[in-house]
Formats: sequence, structure tokens, C-alpha cells
Amino acid sequence: MANKSPQIPSIAELMDKIKSGKIFSDIAKEITESQVWTSTFRHGYADTPRNRVLQIASNVWLHLHPVKIQRHALRIKFTWCMGGITFLLFLSTVVTGVILMFYYRPVGEYAYYDMKYLQYDVPFGMLMRNMHRWAAHAMVITVWLHMFRVFLTGSYKPPREFNWVIGVLLVTFTLLLSFTGYLLPWDQLAMWAVTVGTNMARATPFLGNEGPFAEYVGATPRYDVRALLIGGSLVGPPALLRFYVLHCIFIPLVAGALMIVHFWRIRKDGGISGPL
Amino acid sequence: MAQAAVAKKKVEGTQDKLHVWPYLVRLEFLCAILTIVALTVWSIVIDAPLEEAANPTKTPNPSKAPWYFLGLQDILVYFDPWFAGVVAPVLIIVGLMLIPYLDVNPKGNGYYTYHERKVAIWVYCFGFLVLWIALIIMGVFLRGPGWNLFMPWQYWDPHKVVALVNVDLPYAFGVRTYNGAMLFGGVVILGYFAVGTAIYFFMERKALKSVGFLRMFLKIELLLIMVGIVIKIVLRLGFNIKYVWVTPWFNI
Repeated sequence: MANKSPQIPSIAELMDKIKSGKIFSDIAKEITESQVWTSTFRHGYADTPRNRVLQIASNVWLHLHPVKIQRHALRIKFTWCMGGITFLLFLSTVVTGVILMFYYRPVGEYAYYDMKYLQYDVPFGMLMRNMHRWAAHAMVITVWLHMFRVFLTGSYKPPREFNWVIGVLLVTFTLLLSFTGYLLPWDQLAMWAVTVGTNMARATPFLGNEGPFAEYVGATPRYDVRALLIGGSLVGPPALLRFYVLHCIFIPLVAGALMIVHFWRIRKDGGISGPL
Repeated sequence: MAQAAVAKKKVEGTQDKLHVWPYLVRLEFLCAILTIVALTVWSIVIDAPLEEAANPTKTPNPSKAPWYFLGLQDILVYFDPWFAGVVAPVLIIVGLMLIPYLDVNPKGNGYYTYHERKVAIWVYCFGFLVLWIALIIMGVFLRGPGWNLFMPWQYWDPHKVVALVNVDLPYAFGVRTYNGAMLFGGVVILGYFAVGTAIYFFMERKALKSVGFLRMFLKIELLLIMVGIVIKIVLRLGFNIKYVWVTPWFNI
């Protein structure tokens, strides 16, 4: 009877394959031709024009890019790389921020002691906190520099006017993200910086109790735009909780949505700006 | 011949496209590595500050906003909070958003140039580098207790007394009655905007048709507000003027 199942190689043949090294290519072939592999990786890695296009077009993370780009867009002197670095720093704060959230409770009684716990007892807690804070500060600087570069290159001019508007909103939300996070350590620095900042809301025309024309609206210290923001008439535990929710949920979601629009519009407006 | 060469070069320049993989992706990857390394080293070397626990009964002097807002906190010296803390930031954000719609100069789109758009570059650089960055640096390093100015080598004396000899502009001009002062201040402020707007429209009357009234109007009002902030700072520092216009509802 002829055996129709795959040939099982004899020991001698196997030894030959091992000695000659052919065994490796056989295993590689077995793996790369398996159903699991071919369903995961749609194309090879050979450096062909087709693969260069597919690397971008068939990758969900990289397809943010066009497959081809103007030569001048690669010049660091032109872009300063600031938009990309800002986005990277945002991602860094998301990762470190989520780690910090495992240890931090936005409650008046606990918040400051959770910070101490993070700094002294949690493995790499101090490092995570430092990275989160410094990335946030760096992000403020890089987003300003990005905006400065975009202005100097006149990249807000047609057809990119709308994307500049989105960008201004993103700058604003970057500052608000940083500001709401500033309160969370719940130390003297945090409380008084946020007190100084939110005191300004008191002076909002019409809507703040000390603002012009407030008396015609009926704004009081406990019932004005500042009280809405901090949940009371001074920066206390309700403000901590509000800022925590704004910082961890609301503003990142809005900023994330705006980032999607911002990046998408770069493509739709003809890619990165350049001499016409 | 030379013209043809230039034209050919131009065509080639615009047709010259590269694959994003690997040319851009590797650049981004390198940039990302450098950024993450820098951030990690920074975070290992310098610890984020943590002061004593929040205490609502103990106000530090000076109390400073986060550093990126110190430019705004600094113009609180010259303006009431409704302007420095609310109206000014809103105007900055709205003004920035309006830039693409107000700047109708088609030149300088997508490349660095100073000569083709001098005014735009000057206005932005002045606003960003002087009114924003320089004031932040001053707020961070030079503002001490009582929000007084201290040089870096000076001791932050919490009891430093600075004589407040400021007067309102109408008073400096000899107007002594309340209603007279209100009228005088109103004339000065509204006159400043009216005259500034009129001069601009007269100088740029030929552009009115192509640029449009609303565009020109918004542009000059925003510019006048920005210049007005500088004028107010000069009036305070140089001539001890507190307010220009005092009304029962607001002071400027």
C-alpha cells in the first residue's frame, strides 16, 4: 500500500537538513506560508516600490501618511518636526497618565497622600510622574513652536485655513489639559496656581460675580461661571474631582477628536504645505 | 536657454516625490527615539515638584499661575481681571483663528520668507515673542512677593514697599469731576479706535474693494487692541497712569 500522507523524512535525511542548514529555510517557509501568517501580514518585506506603497497603505497606523511625499517635506529645517513631537508627547502623557490613574484618587482626603505613595512606594512611580509632568510641559512648548513654524511658512494660507483654526483649538486644549492636570497633585503649588487661574473667571463680563455687568445678570460668588467650573466658591475637593474628570476624560476626548480632524485635513488639503 | 533650465528645474522640483516608507517613516522613528530618550533622561534627572499639602488658609506670596499663563497674569498689573483674565485670552484665541481669513496676501504660502510678508511676520513675532514669551519669562523669574519686580540677584523681600502714586489719565490732565473724567476717558478710548480705524481705512482705501470692509475692520481693531495693550503698559510704567477710562461698570 502506498502511503498518501506527507512523507515523514528519515533520520538520515533530517540530519542532512540540519547539517546543511536547510532546516531553517524549511521552517521559515512553513511559518510564512501558514494561514495564521498570511492572514496577518499581507505582503513581503522585499524593498520593491510595490512593497513601499503597501507598507503605508496596508498598515492602520501608518496609513495616516500618504504613500509618497514631496522631498522638501522631509527637511527638518522646514518642519522642525514639532507637530509630530507634540503628538508623540501627547501619547506619552496618555500612557504615563493611565499608569498614574491606577494609584491616584481625586479625593480631597487621599489625593496628596496618593502622590506621596506614588513617589516613594510605587515601583517607577516617581519616574512615571516625572515623565507625565515633563511631557506635558514640553508639549506646551512644542505646540507653540509648531504654531510658530506654521505661521512663518504661511501654511495657514489657502487651502489650509480651516486646519489652522483646528490647530488653534488644539493649542487651547493643550493649555487646558495642562492646567486641569496642574491641580491634581493637591499640594500648595497646585491649589494656589489654580486659584489664581480660576479667580479670573470671577471677572467674566456678565457671568462672573465680580465682572462688569454682573449685577444685571444676578451672578453671585456661589452662582457664577467660576462656581460652575470649580463646584463651589473656592478651590476645594469638588474642584479636584471636576478637574480630574476634565483632565482624564473630557479634554483628552475632545482633543483626540480634533487631532483626528487635524491630521485628516492635512491629507485632504494636499499634504504638508510647500512652495506652489 | 537659462530660462528653459530654470523652468525644467521647477517642473522637476514639483514632480520630485519620495516614498514615505522608508524616507519619512525612518525620520519620524529617529525623531521619536530622540524625543523619548530626552524625556526619559529629563525625568530621571529632575523630579516633578511636590510641595506641602494644599492648605486653603495659607496663601503663598507670590501666588503664581502655571508658567504658561504668566504672560496673562503679568498684564493684570496693567488691566483689570475682566480684560487680562477673560477678554484678552478670548481675543488671542479668536484673533489667532481669524489670521487665515484676515491675511489675504497670497505670497509666502508654504515657504519661509520675510520680504514677501513683512507686516504679518512682525505682528506675529511681536505678539508671540514679546507679549507672550518675554512676559512669561519675566513672570517666572522676575516677579516676587507682592508681584513686585526683582532682579535675579535681589532678595525676594516680602515687605518691599513700592509707592503707588498712580493716577487716572483724566486726573493727570486736570479733569477733577467724576462725570467729566468718565467723558474724557471715553473720548480717549473711543477716539483712539475711531482715529486708528479711520487712518487705516484712508491709507488702504484702494484695497477696500478687493479685501472687503469686514476683513479690514476686524484686522485693524485687533491690531489696535494689541497696540493698545502696549500703550497701556508704557503709560503705567512711564507715566504712572492707572486707568484711562473709569466707568461705574468697568475700568480700562
